[in-house]
Amino acid sequence: MSQAPESLTAKLIPIYIMGKRYEVPETLTIMKAIEHAGYKFIRGCGCRGGICGACGTVYRRPGDYRIHVGLACQTVVEPEMVLTQIPFYPANRASYDYATMEAVGAAVGALYPELFRCVACNACTKVCPMDVEVMDYIAAVKRGDLAEAMRLSFDCIQCGLCASRCMGELPQYHIAQLVRRLYGGKLAPATDHVDAMVKKIADGYYQQKIDELKKMSVDELKKLYTAREQEPHQAPELWKAKSAEGL
Amino acid sequence: MAIKVSVKTVRGPLAAKVKEVSGQDPNVCFQCGLCAGSCPMTGEMEIFTRKVMHLLQLGLADVVIAQKMAYLCASCHTCQVRCPRGIDIPAVVEALRLLTLRHGENYLAPESIPAERVREMPQAAMVAGLRKFTA
Amino acid sequence: MKIGYYPGCTLKSRAKNLEDSALASLAALGFEVEELPRWNCCGAVFSLANDDLIHHLAPVRDLIRAKDAGHERLITLCSMCYNTLARANLLMKHDEEKRKTLNLFMEEESDYFGEVEVLHVLDFLRRELGWEKLRAAVKRPLEGLRVAPYYGCTLLRPREVAIESPDLPVMFADFLRALGATPVEFPEATACCSSYQIIANESAALEASAKILRAATASSADALAMSCPVCEYNLGRRQGDVRSKHEGVGELPTFYFTQLLAIALGLPQETLGLKWNEASSLELLKKKSYLTVSA
Repeated sequence: MSQAPESLTAKLIPIYIMGKRYEVPETLTIMKAIEHAGYKFIRGCGCRGGICGACGTVYRRPGDYRIHVGLACQTVVEPEMVLTQIPFYPANRASYDYATMEAVGAAVGALYPELFRCVACNACTKVCPMDVEVMDYIAAVKRGDLAEAMRLSFDCIQCGLCASRCMGELPQYHIAQLVRRLYGGKLAPATDHVDAMVKKIADGYYQQKIDELKKMSVDELKKLYTAREQEPHQAPELWKAKSAEGL
Repeated sequence: MAIKVSVKTVRGPLAAKVKEVSGQDPNVCFQCGLCAGSCPMTGEMEIFTRKVMHLLQLGLADVVIAQKMAYLCASCHTCQVRCPRGIDIPAVVEALRLLTLRHGENYLAPESIPAERVREMPQAAMVAGLRKFTA
Repeated sequence: MKIGYYPGCTLKSRAKNLEDSALASLAALGFEVEELPRWNCCGAVFSLANDDLIHHLAPVRDLIRAKDAGHERLITLCSMCYNTLARANLLMKHDEEKRKTLNLFMEEESDYFGEVEVLHVLDFLRRELGWEKLRAAVKRPLEGLRVAPYYGCTLLRPREVAIESPDLPVMFADFLRALGATPVEFPEATACCSSYQIIANESAALEASAKILRAATASSADALAMSCPVCEYNLGRRQGDVRSKHEGVGELPTFYFTQLLAIALGLPQETLGLKWNEASSLELLKKKSYLTVSA
């Protein structure tokens, strides 16, 4: 006898999606529960793996005034939860000329003067589904410490929930992304092996191989792709490819 | 400046709001003018603090907030330490600013400050200015 | 025990000269200070509205950080930070109702009751060292240097956080005298430079700065000493703009009081952070042969 899928045997619990009551299997994530209720995602759903930041969701539990947050794809439903997704937030995003930009705090402040409207209320940190110390990285940017802001904001997945709660109307996540870009490209110490590899590629190291691939038929390409050697899941740290071809 | 005073203006809600938000009573002011004489920012003010107090006594907060005066205060507290009646005048002026700021109207839009100024400005000036002038 | 130190944002960037010279001087005088391990912008100004508590969160949070780090005393260098933190501290100490609301709102922090003492470094030096001992520690007296001590607003007003009487302050002059300099009395020593008004009402702001610079020029001071990065911006960095619009304003080098302290203590030039000062400041020091290059 084949086993029925979990979603059919699991206990049904009530949840409220945008205020409307639905009965959903208690084992589902919020994202699957929304789909179970009949919604179809066109946006607000990306990797389904907790990384892309597209499915930020706010919810409340009965009898609790607090707003809780989670990624819809990572958070399991709870009975009586009231939820809505905030997949996108129209936060200010500055455009800039990266090449000429100086990697200093003052340059970030000039692009985002609203930075100075932070009141340290900490709503951003409280709302972050990735447990990033948002208020602290904003404090670091304010004082011009880009390295610290980069370090503190590293786990940000750009969901934008911080901005949705900010009384100063700061686009924290965009500010942090700019800081990491400035840090990565202009402040982080250069690594010799990367520089050497970039030069090797620029000098045409892969050119011949690319030319060969271009001449192949789709079937040949498929065959090659399927037969390629892959790093196994949970490979030991010192795992090495059998062939160095293409490296 | 022509003004209209009546029981209605004196008991009007705006002046009461200023009193509530500032925690100060403009009615205790006896119009000595020491505040205005001490103010470093009078150069571009159309009315000075003494007159502000008088207008508030008459309930005319709307007349005051139509002036630039409230946005020229630097919160230096010179008037406050000198006021013989112990009025925290900067708090009254802050309350006047908040009457408009709290409705979401910026006096100064952050993005209107030239980028090269923001770049050279001490953060303390940016933070203080945006606190005083943005909603 | 080490004394807690709250730097403030500006001291980590544009006013690095204030921080560097102060920390070097305090170390030379035998004081051990420790920057708070975690801090945020204090908000720069104290909220004056009776019903506005949200703007007190920033300074109170910093005071909580100081307490959590085990500090009984917290010293500051920036006048604006001093003012904001000291006033927030008084609020938490004396206003039971607001304290309760603020502590409740910051449920993620430990409760705070105003336990930390907030001190400005000038006052700290007077209390902990005294001007006689400071005089004894001076290795290079600033003889013949006429300095106008500019207090500005936030060290003296409002009265409840004034480091001394706002009506007739003497501390800054006493400090300069201990360094061997000649403090110059001038009538605008406690006047406001216009502070943050420079970002919104530039012409009115420059006019307020002009009054101060004109008075200091008339007193034939060689330099203006101060402790606030915003004053320094208005009176130093923007001095050229003031001069181009107002008469009677001479070229007046500006210094943070801690830079003069570091020079008098004979500390090497690199502790002064002079690249953050205007060119005239460096020229004056060269002319007076005050600079020491470390061996």
